[in-house]
Amino acid sequence: MKAGVLVAALAVSACGAGDGGQATARAGVPGARPPVPAGKQTGAAARYGLGRPADPRRLAALDTDVDTTGAGLPAGRGTHAEGAAVFAQKCAACHGARGQGVPPSPRLVQPASRSDPFPFDRVPNAPKTVGNYWPFATTLYDYVYHTMPYTAPGSLTADETYALVAFLLAENGVIAKTAVMDATTLPAVRMPARGRFVLDDRRGGPEFR
Amino acid sequence: MPDDGSAVPRPQSLTRRTLLAGAVSVAGGAAFARWVHPMSQAPAPQGATPAAGTPPAAPADPSRVPGLPSAALGARAPFEGPALAPTGVTMGASYTPLQALHGTITPSDLHFQRHHNGIPVIDPSRYELLVHGLVERPLVFSLDDLRRFPPVTRTVFVECSGNGRGAYRAPERDMTPQVVDGLTSTSEWTGVPVAAVLHEAGVRPGASWVLAEGGDAAVLSRSIPLEKMLDDAVLAYAQNGEALRMANGYPVRLLLPGFEGNMNVKWLRRLEVNDRPTMTRQETARYTDPLPGGKSRLFSFVMDVKSVITAPSHPARLSGAGWWPVTGLAWSGRGRITRVDVSTDGGRTWAEAELTGPVLPLAHTRFVRMWRWDGRPARLMSRAVDETGSVQPTLAQFRAARGAGTDYHYNYVRAWDVAADGQVFFAVDE
Repeated sequence: MKAGVLVAALAVSACGAGDGGQATARAGVPGARPPVPAGKQTGAAARYGLGRPADPRRLAALDTDVDTTGAGLPAGRGTHAEGAAVFAQKCAACHGARGQGVPPSPRLVQPASRSDPFPFDRVPNAPKTVGNYWPFATTLYDYVYHTMPYTAPGSLTADETYALVAFLLAENGVIAKTAVMDATTLPAVRMPARGRFVLDDRRGGPEFR
Repeated sequence: MPDDGSAVPRPQSLTRRTLLAGAVSVAGGAAFARWVHPMSQAPAPQGATPAAGTPPAAPADPSRVPGLPSAALGARAPFEGPALAPTGVTMGASYTPLQALHGTITPSDLHFQRHHNGIPVIDPSRYELLVHGLVERPLVFSLDDLRRFPPVTRTVFVECSGNGRGAYRAPERDMTPQVVDGLTSTSEWTGVPVAAVLHEAGVRPGASWVLAEGGDAAVLSRSIPLEKMLDDAVLAYAQNGEALRMANGYPVRLLLPGFEGNMNVKWLRRLEVNDRPTMTRQETARYTDPLPGGKSRLFSFVMDVKSVITAPSHPARLSGAGWWPVTGLAWSGRGRITRVDVSTDGGRTWAEAELTGPVLPLAHTRFVRMWRWDGRPARLMSRAVDETGSVQPTLAQFRAARGAGTDYHYNYVRAWDVAADGQVFFAVDE
């Protein structure tokens, strides 16, 4: 994510906010971990002076990850209709015309079931989709933009990626088919399974959790 | 295979014969041909240049003929054929043949592999690691830069947290330790502490997480707590005394002792210091553990205490009653193994095994218990305990705590059945 957006984002925790008392990912709350004593681990009083200053353009080219506040999202936009066309052209060959999945490519479309929205601890191999499992919508942009299509990763434009994200979110019943996805609307999407995630409570010792 | 690596390897009947033939046609064709002494015009020793595809003939009395000449690389004995069991292609995994190994170190070429879009080819002369984010000085390090830091060397295991999924989902009697648990390996790793590199860049107040990103076609990325990065994380450039193997992250990987394999990002190209986790696909949609009650465990980083018997195991067959070593590996992401118990009666009684050493924290630890087999059917089990007092659960305990459909961190006790004829099978009705 872009460092420049950090200050504005500080007030909105990536996780842990608004989960009605569930033990969610509070490790992401700013200030949850203390600042780092510089040089504590190196045993060296001074720096070695190794490495060279990062070229700002090279840094910007590599720093394209997107976090849950939307930091890192580029300009651009896309809709379900636009995404359907991109999907048919660039995704359907592996994931199936309706996103139903063709091994080894996973199923992409399966809205959360009304009667059994989160069966994963009971049902082995239940498909995990953005509709029933993914806790953050921004993750979808980050993942698709960097890794898809599988045979040409990194080749999608920002508009194509927003369109695919809109298509997949709408097909999974998360957003309306008329919704426009962009750097403002995407981080605001509330994912159905968002409240399901709890922090690791294993601590070692005799009790198995 | 599914992209979560749930497929289990199904090597085509790897018999001793096919292994030997394979070893000779690969190693033999090249290596044997080179077994002509470079300093001598003397003919190659008897048995050194067999026809391709046939094992070399060992002399009846090797003490009566000169041996093979010196060589540029040490080759495996052509009578040995340990091999990884690969699944998938560019979305794949290769399983370590645990039943073929001894001691605690995994040979580098038998270290398990897991990649999400192939194994990248990275020119070390053009390698760069970018360190930026909440730092005073965004810096770029070359491989030479990293090698100028004082190195650290640690022997630790790396285990894929999906290890054991196939056996949990669909156990089968003909599964080997390789198929059941082959996504774990131990190496001696050398590199530079992440803390030293972060110190060069100068971590700013408020930092709490570091995004680690790989330079492979999957651009695999994970958020790592800064605390772990400053504690014992290593940027590893060497494995068992030489440069990393390509599939294990060449030229530089992140090493997080005790943490699940997926976080030990290979082909590392970027570290971004942040004040929150990024919530990448690999740490949310995958590598989270569904739990009873409609929950899923996030940030389940530490690998639980675990052990696996490697012998006797399938496909071995005990040749007769008498004394046999029951041996295997135990490890924990929380520290040192303090005890391993072995049962030969399906868990009714347990006896403490010997830890043969070295017993290192966060590393595979070899155990052995001598067992006098009476020739009747038996069920072998191992149960490890670590220094926090954490005990490997039974399958029933595991299922009750995590659910039949849960995913990742499958550390329950495994069992092997010895039939009256000595044949050993993976227990499917534990």
